[in-house]
Amino acid sequence: MISQLRTIWRVLLHSFTKAETVQYPEEKPYLAPRYRGRIVLTRDPDGEERCVACNLCAAACPVDCIALQKDTREDGTWYPEFFRINFSRCIMCGMCEEACPTYAIQLTPDFEMCEYDRQSMVYEKEHLLINGVGKYPDYNFYRVSGLQTATKDKGEGDMEAEPINVKSLLP
Amino acid sequence: MSELFPVFLALTVLVGGVAGAAILTWWERRLLGIWQDRYGPNRLGPFGIGQVLADMLKLLFKDDWVPPFSDKLVFIFAPIAIVMAMMIGFAVVPFAPGVVIIDVNIGLLFFLGMTSLAVYSVLLGGLASNNKYALLGGLRSAAQMVSYEVFMGLSLMGIIMMTGSFSLVDIVEAQSEVWFCFSQFLGLLVFVIAGIAESHRLPFDLPEAEHELTAGFHTEYGGMKFAMFMLGEYLGLMLISCMITTLFFGGWHGPVLIGEWLPPIVWFGLKVFMVINFFILLRAAIPRPRYDQLMSLGWKVMLPITLVNLVVTGAVLLWRT
Repeated sequence: MISQLRTIWRVLLHSFTKAETVQYPEEKPYLAPRYRGRIVLTRDPDGEERCVACNLCAAACPVDCIALQKDTREDGTWYPEFFRINFSRCIMCGMCEEACPTYAIQLTPDFEMCEYDRQSMVYEKEHLLINGVGKYPDYNFYRVSGLQTATKDKGEGDMEAEPINVKSLLP
Repeated sequence: MSELFPVFLALTVLVGGVAGAAILTWWERRLLGIWQDRYGPNRLGPFGIGQVLADMLKLLFKDDWVPPFSDKLVFIFAPIAIVMAMMIGFAVVPFAPGVVIIDVNIGLLFFLGMTSLAVYSVLLGGLASNNKYALLGGLRSAAQMVSYEVFMGLSLMGIIMMTGSFSLVDIVEAQSEVWFCFSQFLGLLVFVIAGIAESHRLPFDLPEAEHELTAGFHTEYGGMKFAMFMLGEYLGLMLISCMITTLFFGGWHGPVLIGEWLPPIVWFGLKVFMVINFFILLRAAIPRPRYDQLMSLGWKVMLPITLVNLVVTGAVLLWRT
């Protein structure tokens, strides 16, 4: 009985506390930089697409909303011929971002993507690509990877040692 | 003029009751919001009061569906019955000196009878739906209301003894000096709790306990028929608040220490408003008891308290004479 009365009193005291509600369209909540919202494809510092069409994001995606097709440039680098995200399926879990080996796919603090037409929720590559590096300003996959392409030979990458000649006996 | 006055008053109460119940739906949600640290409906119109109109519009345009497996006549009659019973109950409420639709010498019994009739609505609604949740809801409401009715009536007998009249006007006039909420404190306690159970409001809304019975007795109801049930519930809330004010808080009399510097009808309205707010506060604060807890509270706690109150009041009155 006492606890019931105490509850009533404590609830009554809430008349004087401030509401937690954020009046959304007029006042917007602060979204952290690492908020998981709309997905973008970033470019490396040279302005090239970071995505190497490895398909890991599509494999990691729990709702299978990512579809892409690999193609090869003349210099030997890979890129997605098309890259499609169906945002009406996407659950913004961020697993694609975790899976991405090249920091190409990133989630942004933007969730306001309402559409009247369901087809408009399907974003193609030209909608996803941004002219920026996203959260990792200096990263360029083809500069740090050991892969040999027309742009760089083995051992020429950043922080990469000369390749070892395995057939040589010299120390 | 004097013959037409009750008719005019009855129409006013009819319109005012419906409008009041509609506004209460909004007011309750706003208050609950404040007590739960949020805003509640605040978008449409000033302070969100347009929400009432929006809800009404929505309910009016809903499909008026009668389940094919239900007992159709009873199904349609049930929501009408609760509104009718509650509305008729307002007939004996004295709003101010002379402002009462009918001042009958059995006013209190009339009120008790009308609130008891409201049980039929819930019970018939539950039975006619031909749905197990609705049936359970109806069953619970019947058991709950019948058992709470017992000491709801008995808790008022102290007042009857002290006043010597069943007329609500006489009861209010007997409180011109001291309100019955002091001398009949136990009666007030029991009557408030029984009143909540009677109007099946939270925390005693066992007939429609939505976490276990979907929506209880009105599971199958939708559109305007559902709205009628809601209207009946809010009318019941207002009626119980009016009765608590009339019986225990001096009706139209102002508080003794402050005096009567407001018109009687304003005092009455203010008190009813405070009691309604208290009911909403109870809804915000207290969790719903289990069904057996409700029953044992009724029969093992409330009934003995009422009987003690009855005996002590009788003894004091006899000792004074």
